[in-house]
Amino acid sequence: MRFLILFLLWPAILLAQPALSVTEVAPGIFVHFAKQEFPNPHNHDHIANIGFIVGQRCVAVIDTGGSPQQGQALKKAIEYTTDKPVCYVINTHVHPDHIYGNRVFKQPGVKFIGHYRLARAMAARAPFDIDRAKEQWDVNLSAEDIVPPDFNIHKQMRIDLGQRHLLLTAHPTAHTDNDLSVWDEKTNTAWLADLLFIKHIPTLDGSLKGWLSEISKLEKQTYQFVVPGHGPLATHWPQAIQPEKRYLQTLLTEIREQIKQGKYLEEAVKTVGLSEKPHWQLFDAYHQRNVMSAFAELEWEDE
Amino acid sequence: MKTLSTFIILLLLPFVSLAAEDESRWLNDIKPQYFADKPIKASDLLTIEAPYRAEDPALVPVKIISKIPQTPERYIKKMWVFVDKNPYPFVGEFTFFPETGKADLAMRIRVNSYSYVRAIAEMNNGDMLMTKKFVKASGGCSAPIGTDLDAAMKRLGKMKFRLKPETKEGLAQAQLLISHPNITGMQMDQVTRFVRKPYFMDKLTVTYNGKPVLMAKTDIAISQDPNFRFYFIPQGQGELKAEFTDVHCESPISRTVCEPSKKYVKTQQVNL
Ligand SMILES: [Zn+2]
Repeated sequence: MRFLILFLLWPAILLAQPALSVTEVAPGIFVHFAKQEFPNPHNHDHIANIGFIVGQRCVAVIDTGGSPQQGQALKKAIEYTTDKPVCYVINTHVHPDHIYGNRVFKQPGVKFIGHYRLARAMAARAPFDIDRAKEQWDVNLSAEDIVPPDFNIHKQMRIDLGQRHLLLTAHPTAHTDNDLSVWDEKTNTAWLADLLFIKHIPTLDGSLKGWLSEISKLEKQTYQFVVPGHGPLATHWPQAIQPEKRYLQTLLTEIREQIKQGKYLEEAVKTVGLSEKPHWQLFDAYHQRNVMSAFAELEWEDE
Repeated sequence: MKTLSTFIILLLLPFVSLAAEDESRWLNDIKPQYFADKPIKASDLLTIEAPYRAEDPALVPVKIISKIPQTPERYIKKMWVFVDKNPYPFVGEFTFFPETGKADLAMRIRVNSYSYVRAIAEMNNGDMLMTKKFVKASGGCSAPIGTDLDAAMKRLGKMKFRLKPETKEGLAQAQLLISHPNITGMQMDQVTRFVRKPYFMDKLTVTYNGKPVLMAKTDIAISQDPNFRFYFIPQGQGELKAEFTDVHCESPISRTVCEPSKKYVKTQQVNL
């Protein structure tokens, strides 16, 4: 009987979430800085930086977190901060720690925005994520948690929150094949999400060469503040992106050398990039995977 | 009350299946379907090398090693590979020949969750051998799909051979790289208009001087950009040739409705 009661109480559990802690990093820009952890059943995949930007007319949410519960906590934080309604939910990319709070924001008047390849990526991941969410993160997901964008951005789009314009840019394949960044004109703040990792090892799920090429464009900008997907706020640009660039460049150089020497992927994962270990949190959790992914990409770079 | 207890059982189900090193899918589904009641013996003539923790479920390097040379008198004729817990467990059926030299095979596969990866070999005398290895698919942000689908689509059908310059015990090792997205078709159709039916490499033949050294029937558990390593017995100057076909199927978990697509060929002169 207890199971049934718990089940019936589920929506009530959602409502009982305390508000998420957020920091105002620049006027009207609120970020929840997450702990740097590997997703697990204790942290419920609440491991990404998420937040919102407040205009005169309405609020844009940027990423909704790893679960409906975190989405609810973010919603509360917005309600405590402003009486303006949410008008946009921007998903920076498909990773579960960024999109699975979407459901709680779905209501009339709220438009979801993403990269034009986001819906495809959501559809491809959905069965897998729904299947493992309970076991891996102690999160209950269902079909309702897959909320694809209403607006699919191919290149760029400007949205107006009332006296505040955001420029949204859809990037070529980099961290994933569906990365979207947000630039706030008013404060010259860039919300790069997982295009920028600080202290937390970068995770590669798109294209190594593509990512490096986006970095070379981003580092020419003169941002005042930059919000990474994982790690603390960046106030010095482009210095803040140099460690990530160095890490990815190391992978590129060393993997190319391995391929040239006729080494196989299984050998490369044991030797490539180990000099980077002291510089990153969660290195052991993600580094080998990055090498594998990059190796499989670079095997085809001459085609 | 009956519904309530069913409900509780349903709730408990994920925890029961967490005791994951189980044989149920093999015993109840896979073995009956592919081998009927043929006796299959666990054997150490065959081993599987695979990481215990699969860093990337989309790309798990697996190597099957046979401890006997392929001779016309005694050789491994066929090998099946399965991932018990995948939605479609069949990875491939591989045919070897005495000309293969050694029936070792390395490849990259998709492993959806904690599961046994198993290889079953049929000897030329009909003996059936089996080996298995438990693989724990890692958490993190990755999924058993593949990255950069558009890039893979662009170079679809390209192939290349890589050869180890030296031969050992009269054997040469070849690596065959194939560019194909190997789309699983596993997706939530109602979310998107980008519906992708399963689209994958289904048959592969590699010959050396016109004689087959490896033939394979493969499926969606092979990673994006299929990658195989195998042996053959070189005879100085010669020609390696790879041929594969791909197929579109209606359902990710059934192969009853499929439509053949294209054929791709690659030849390479070798001198070993
Ligand atoms: Zn990410």
